[in-house]
Amino acid sequence: MANMNQTDRPPIYLDYSATTPVDIRVAEKMIPYLTEHYGNPASRSHPYGWTAEKAVENAREEVAKLVNADPREIVWTSGATESNNLAIKGAANFYASTKGKHIITIATEHKAVIDAVRELERQGFTATYLEPEPDGLVDLAKFKAAIQPDTVLASVMLVNNEIGVIQDIEAIGNICREAGVIFHVDAAQATGKVKIDLANLPVDLMSFSAHKTYGPKGIGALYVCRKPRIRIEAQMHGGGHERGMRSGTLATHQIVGMGEAFRIAHEEMASENERIRMLRDRLLTGLQDIEETYVNGDLAHRIPHNLNISFNYVEGESLIMAVKGIAVSSGSACTSASLEPSYVLRALGRSDELAHSSIRFSIGRFTTVADVDYTVELMKSKIEKLRELSPLWEMFKDGIDISKVQWAAH
Amino acid sequence: MAYSDKVLDHYENPRNVGSLDKNDPNVGTGMVGAPACGDVMKLMIKVNDNGIIEDAKFKTYGCGSAIASSSLVTEWLKGKTVDEAYAIKNSAIAEELALPPVKIHCSVLAEDAIKAAVADIKAKQSARATV
Amino acid sequence: MANAYFDHNSTTALKTDVLEAMLPFMASQHGNATSRHSFGRTARAAVEHAREQVANAVGAYANQIVFTASGTEANNFAVRGICSNLDKGQILTSAIEHPCVSRPALAIQSSSVQAKNIHVDSDCNINLAHLQKLLLTPTNLVSAMLVNNETGVIQDITKVAEMARERKAYVHTDAVQALGKIPVNFFALGVHAMTVSSHKIGGPLGAGALVLDKRIDIQPLLYGGGQERGLRSGTENVAAIVGFGVACDLATKNLSAFDVHTANLRDHLEIGLAKLNAVIFGYNGLRVANTSFFSFKYIEGETLVTALDKAGFAVASGSACSSDSTDPSHVLLAMGVPEDLARGAVRVSFGLSNTVQEVEHFLLALKQELTRLRNLTAVMA
Repeated sequence: MANMNQTDRPPIYLDYSATTPVDIRVAEKMIPYLTEHYGNPASRSHPYGWTAEKAVENAREEVAKLVNADPREIVWTSGATESNNLAIKGAANFYASTKGKHIITIATEHKAVIDAVRELERQGFTATYLEPEPDGLVDLAKFKAAIQPDTVLASVMLVNNEIGVIQDIEAIGNICREAGVIFHVDAAQATGKVKIDLANLPVDLMSFSAHKTYGPKGIGALYVCRKPRIRIEAQMHGGGHERGMRSGTLATHQIVGMGEAFRIAHEEMASENERIRMLRDRLLTGLQDIEETYVNGDLAHRIPHNLNISFNYVEGESLIMAVKGIAVSSGSACTSASLEPSYVLRALGRSDELAHSSIRFSIGRFTTVADVDYTVELMKSKIEKLRELSPLWEMFKDGIDISKVQWAAH
Repeated sequence: MAYSDKVLDHYENPRNVGSLDKNDPNVGTGMVGAPACGDVMKLMIKVNDNGIIEDAKFKTYGCGSAIASSSLVTEWLKGKTVDEAYAIKNSAIAEELALPPVKIHCSVLAEDAIKAAVADIKAKQSARATV
Repeated sequence: MANAYFDHNSTTALKTDVLEAMLPFMASQHGNATSRHSFGRTARAAVEHAREQVANAVGAYANQIVFTASGTEANNFAVRGICSNLDKGQILTSAIEHPCVSRPALAIQSSSVQAKNIHVDSDCNINLAHLQKLLLTPTNLVSAMLVNNETGVIQDITKVAEMARERKAYVHTDAVQALGKIPVNFFALGVHAMTVSSHKIGGPLGAGALVLDKRIDIQPLLYGGGQERGLRSGTENVAAIVGFGVACDLATKNLSAFDVHTANLRDHLEIGLAKLNAVIFGYNGLRVANTSFFSFKYIEGETLVTALDKAGFAVASGSACSSDSTDPSHVLLAMGVPEDLARGAVRVSFGLSNTVQEVEHFLLALKQELTRLRNLTAVMA
């Protein structure tokens, strides 16, 4: 097993929202299910299958426990993208004939939600993509006003992947329940960071991912509420696994990994979050020394792990190149292959320039004080260097209002 | 994204960063791009009486390829005539830096910056000639 | 715990080389393949290397490989994705397909799109005359598996594809049970889409792929971050994909050894089975070397499998994927096997790790169990 201590990883990893390392305790639990207990959990005729099935059910309990749900409400998937697709397409299709064909979601949702809704639009549904407030939070009155008589489903993420803000899903869920709207919550970025109590939350469907919570990639889950009972149309057919909601051979080692990762999260969440909050505040204080910096998204309603900050007059991609000593992202990892500025920051009303110069720092289990201090020093020196290169910085220093300059079309 | 060694070299050790006196009649300035697009390039050239570019400086807000493209052209411009400078094609820049297809627009921007700077110096010179 | 594993068609043990290749991507090399920092680039390079390895194993180009989370997903993706843009015509699936091909076909049926079965004969071969007749009606997609998971019978997919193409239909083949057992060449088969899976060839669970003719217009099953050229969104399961790649290399390398080794085991087994008056399904068909599917008159399969398990032999009673189902195998019913005989079916599927000695022990245990069970069964009188 490769070791994961500081000296073994040259750049400092501050991109825990893109993916987390697998916790060594998780990896150790997974490996026996790759080597000795390699049975297919659907094999009923021999102990290889039974051992696998038992491990799968234990993991289901661990996942349920972290979010205070019944294990029977947990359906395995290949990840949050599949969970989101299954929840949104599955519920919309199942309830379209009784409730209607209008969907509400938020403009800052993950692409897996937005694009699943867009696909439903191609199939004849209509959709409202509600703009959040400049702090990234949903205005409850505006949400309520968006509900139509034919609204079938609303999908709102618990924690935003780019700016880390936490939505008030309890209040939004209550509005949905009153209006008879099915409510889906993408919680991929929330597990182990925010307390989730599904026994008491008015949420019908919730998506989870393992690899954002120190578990393996390729495994996720969907919570499907039993009381009230929520039905979804299967999107993947086959052997009838997962009570017909999701077919396909289950990857036992990955499920075991997710169970262990969620068990650890349940146990260590409170103390870990305190430590991470301290590190984030230290990072924030350090970076705010730099002139012309803007924190994106509300700071109070936010997970302690995230700091998204724009460094004005510096272009984001060149900044990322400059800070090779740390691994961070500019905008969501899932969209950074495109050259478009972050759609999340634009939805908050940030200018293109500020969106372009944003960096997301995401702190996690293995981040240290030394990592944070190094990062602050590195950012200070590199931003100074890039601003020396920047014609916009020069204009700003000369007192020119850049927003009033007529730029040539390009 | 994998950058070529040449891009990395220019990015890490940019040549000719800075500004020239924009009020100098022998200095032409080209500013192209827009902050909203993520690139702004400012290129300044100083042309002597023989029409030879004596000095070139740049400042660029943009990605590594944009910075490298502008840094490279400041090297190329020095010693060239204004007309030779005007003839520099983006494809030559892209080839020299081995830019990937998604970064070709950076070389286009650098070519545009040269053309804008040359146009500016020519405008200044003709203004002087008509005086 | 059983001491002989004869259920390799269900899932097969991870190869050591595969595990070693995967471990770094489960721990220190943990990047998201979409991220642009060094962690992400390392993950991306590993995924692309694995894509080459899979492509090499199936005779295709790397840019034709779309990674999925499983064979099931790839089959659903193929059937739904190819047919979702079409508003009329029919979908033909062979009567012996895995449910993850036949069920999505049924799920997308509408007033103008019909799903129909292609018959098979008693040797488990696709009835080409029936296919010819079905193809007289405009057809969108023909899906037929290259190797049947229960009987191991190999289909003439090249011929099926040729017939389907003549009628302008798309062709998909589920090659999950073929890879690693017989040579698989995407271009030679002449299909538009082909499914392969990692865990059937000594790779990990959690990775599969759809090999695609690039000219085909296919809709994604999962929408989101736009991974896999927009055809399959979702963070790449880097460790599983890396394992799949290495398993593909090994499968190609071990192909003839696997064939020779398991054929020898199966010959031993089937000589013994004949002495015990077993009915061997698909015996007259062309089969992959490792699979034997058989039944004994008046013996219930589930009982026999449970007894064999107690004796230390892991075998299957039909398809492991039809969880909880006690229905007789749909494959055998399609072959015209009587229901009571079909209920007795036991599948043995060998791997490279099995030995002749294990087979001898198995035959001995089988004989004892049969004697015991027959003594218990009144029907024999």
